[in-house]
Amino acid sequence: MIVCERKPFEEIKEKVQDCKKLLILGCGTCASVCMAGGEKEVELLATQLRIANQLMGKDAEIEEATVQRQCDSEYVEPIVEKASKYDAILSMACGAGVQFVANMVEPIPVIPALNTCFIGVTEDEGTWTERCRACGNCLLADYGGICPITMCPKSLVNGPCGGSKNGKCETSNERDCAWVLIYNRLKKQGKLDNMRNMSTTLKDYSTQTHPARRIHEAYLKAEMDEAQ
Amino acid sequence: MGAPFTPKVVAFCCHYCAYSAADLAGSMRMEYTTNVRIVRVMCTGRVDTVHLLKAIKDGADAVFVAGCEEGDCHFIEGNLRAKRRVEQAKALLEEVGIEGERVEMFNISASDAQLFAAACNQMTERARRLGPNPLRKGKVE
Amino acid sequence: MNLREALKNGKFAVTAEVGPPKGIDVSEFLENAELLKGRVDAVNVTDQQSAVMRLGSLAGCHLLKEKGIEPVFQMTCRDRNRIALQSDLLNAYVLGFENVLCLTGDYVTLGDHPQAKPVFDLDSVSLLQAARELEQGRDLAGKELKGAPQFFLGACVTPGADPVELQLIKMEKKVKAGAQFFQTQAIYEPKKFEAFMREANKFGVPVLVGIVLIRSAAMARFMNKKVAGIYVPDELINEMDKAENKAQKSIEIAARLISEMRSMCQGAHIMAIGLESRVPAVLDAAGL
Repeated sequence: MIVCERKPFEEIKEKVQDCKKLLILGCGTCASVCMAGGEKEVELLATQLRIANQLMGKDAEIEEATVQRQCDSEYVEPIVEKASKYDAILSMACGAGVQFVANMVEPIPVIPALNTCFIGVTEDEGTWTERCRACGNCLLADYGGICPITMCPKSLVNGPCGGSKNGKCETSNERDCAWVLIYNRLKKQGKLDNMRNMSTTLKDYSTQTHPARRIHEAYLKAEMDEAQ
Repeated sequence: MGAPFTPKVVAFCCHYCAYSAADLAGSMRMEYTTNVRIVRVMCTGRVDTVHLLKAIKDGADAVFVAGCEEGDCHFIEGNLRAKRRVEQAKALLEEVGIEGERVEMFNISASDAQLFAAACNQMTERARRLGPNPLRKGKVE
Repeated sequence: MNLREALKNGKFAVTAEVGPPKGIDVSEFLENAELLKGRVDAVNVTDQQSAVMRLGSLAGCHLLKEKGIEPVFQMTCRDRNRIALQSDLLNAYVLGFENVLCLTGDYVTLGDHPQAKPVFDLDSVSLLQAARELEQGRDLAGKELKGAPQFFLGACVTPGADPVELQLIKMEKKVKAGAQFFQTQAIYEPKKFEAFMREANKFGVPVLVGIVLIRSAAMARFMNKKVAGIYVPDELINEMDKAENKAQKSIEIAARLISEMRSMCQGAHIMAIGLESRVPAVLDAAGL
């Protein structure tokens, strides 16, 4: 999922300080799973802002809503009509959701309450770790299912580097050396020869050109016809 | 410290342990502060972070959650969830400029009336030290 | 006779390294290089070592060449993409140096510009491949070059790494990619080096054993803790501790290690790290 974290409260408070009527909009998918922007977090942030307003003697109305997700128009649609009655919408979705909503409710400002961090997994309750950098040409089969682009700070495809020490990375001894992990995994799979492969020594970074766009095959023809 | 006042303390107590301890304290005629309002829950796992924030927002000077001893929770780990939520509440309160100390977690076994009384006294004293909740509406007495 | 020829002729080659300054005052840099002139076959010029911004290896090598010292152009992949790296390879050739040491490079957070964007478009293996392609008259995009450079390509290896099998797999890859000589990370255990070389010799590429001059016991302990692939055994640390004349002891230890490991490899690479003045004495003591 996309893992996010809530921005520091001061930062959020500053961005909404001129709002007399604010909607805090939560997201029920990734943001909920990583406990950053779901319904619960919306209620908590709303309560914090109400407390802050009370302390400042500021009069403001804060409303709460959560949609299934903020990156699909069918879920954002119901919000669009009532958007105009707010001074701003504080979105607790990832950056994609914030922008999508901003597009749909234009010109009502949509302010992010979260920092979007990475594509990751739940390693433990309350702990999420990065696993994928969306490089656009996945070679996990060659690396025994461990991604060197993500797990190696240098994104080396011909690792390890000279900084690998006792299975740990030169950037931190809390961090495992991805290439030692790959070596161990390939060894277990009996596929150590993958590491000797000379045909995969160069990474194609053109697939990471952004902003990216993908059209499903079933819709490609229709898209082309429309373009004409 | 400021002018003396009567702190309003809210205590979320679990039915199986802390509430029983509170009951026992009563039947033992133990003396302790009289300003604590008890909210009985079946398990402290029922208490959400937002309840703690709202209690403060609505004027409580201090809030505590009292559950079973760790490992003895009748619902296995409800008290562990409560513990995390108390931690979270502290952090969120600090963020808005209210002392995180106003919220606390206690683990009290059913027979420990003493500890329940102590918790009440401790949180009342803490509230006195910190002063009335700045969000308190109306006259502070 | 240059480095390539020396190794080809079976001479026990010796190289050393100098680090360019952080700035444009190259006086100390040139003094250090001067101390090595005539005593070593070539001198490496480091490339933003430890991710600390400095005068570049290209300019440094040019200055050495002007002084009649054969340089080894060190290139890391941290700061430049494949376009810039290939360009710098052409720059190196045009400026007259052929020895290139292809390294991956330390990560940015290890240096003094931790907020810099790390590049690592290529790494040591693909950089070697890129150099090889250029030698064949084309670049990585397959485009034909107007004139092809020739290099003597080097790479690094860490004999003290664990697991060593992984290190050997990588070494083999570097050889396949075009490495024609290796300089090793410092190794202080001849037995371990011997075991490593037994495997490494199979690749048929000359290896220059790395030595870092130990300044003090504290430095040795620091390296053990912080530097990957280096392990200074307790006996040597104690020797340094007990020695009255640390400078003399450091020379003695370095010379002794070179002598012990001489028969196992094709040369030595001495990293003095500020103690370049001691290198001639080390070479004297080692009979080189």
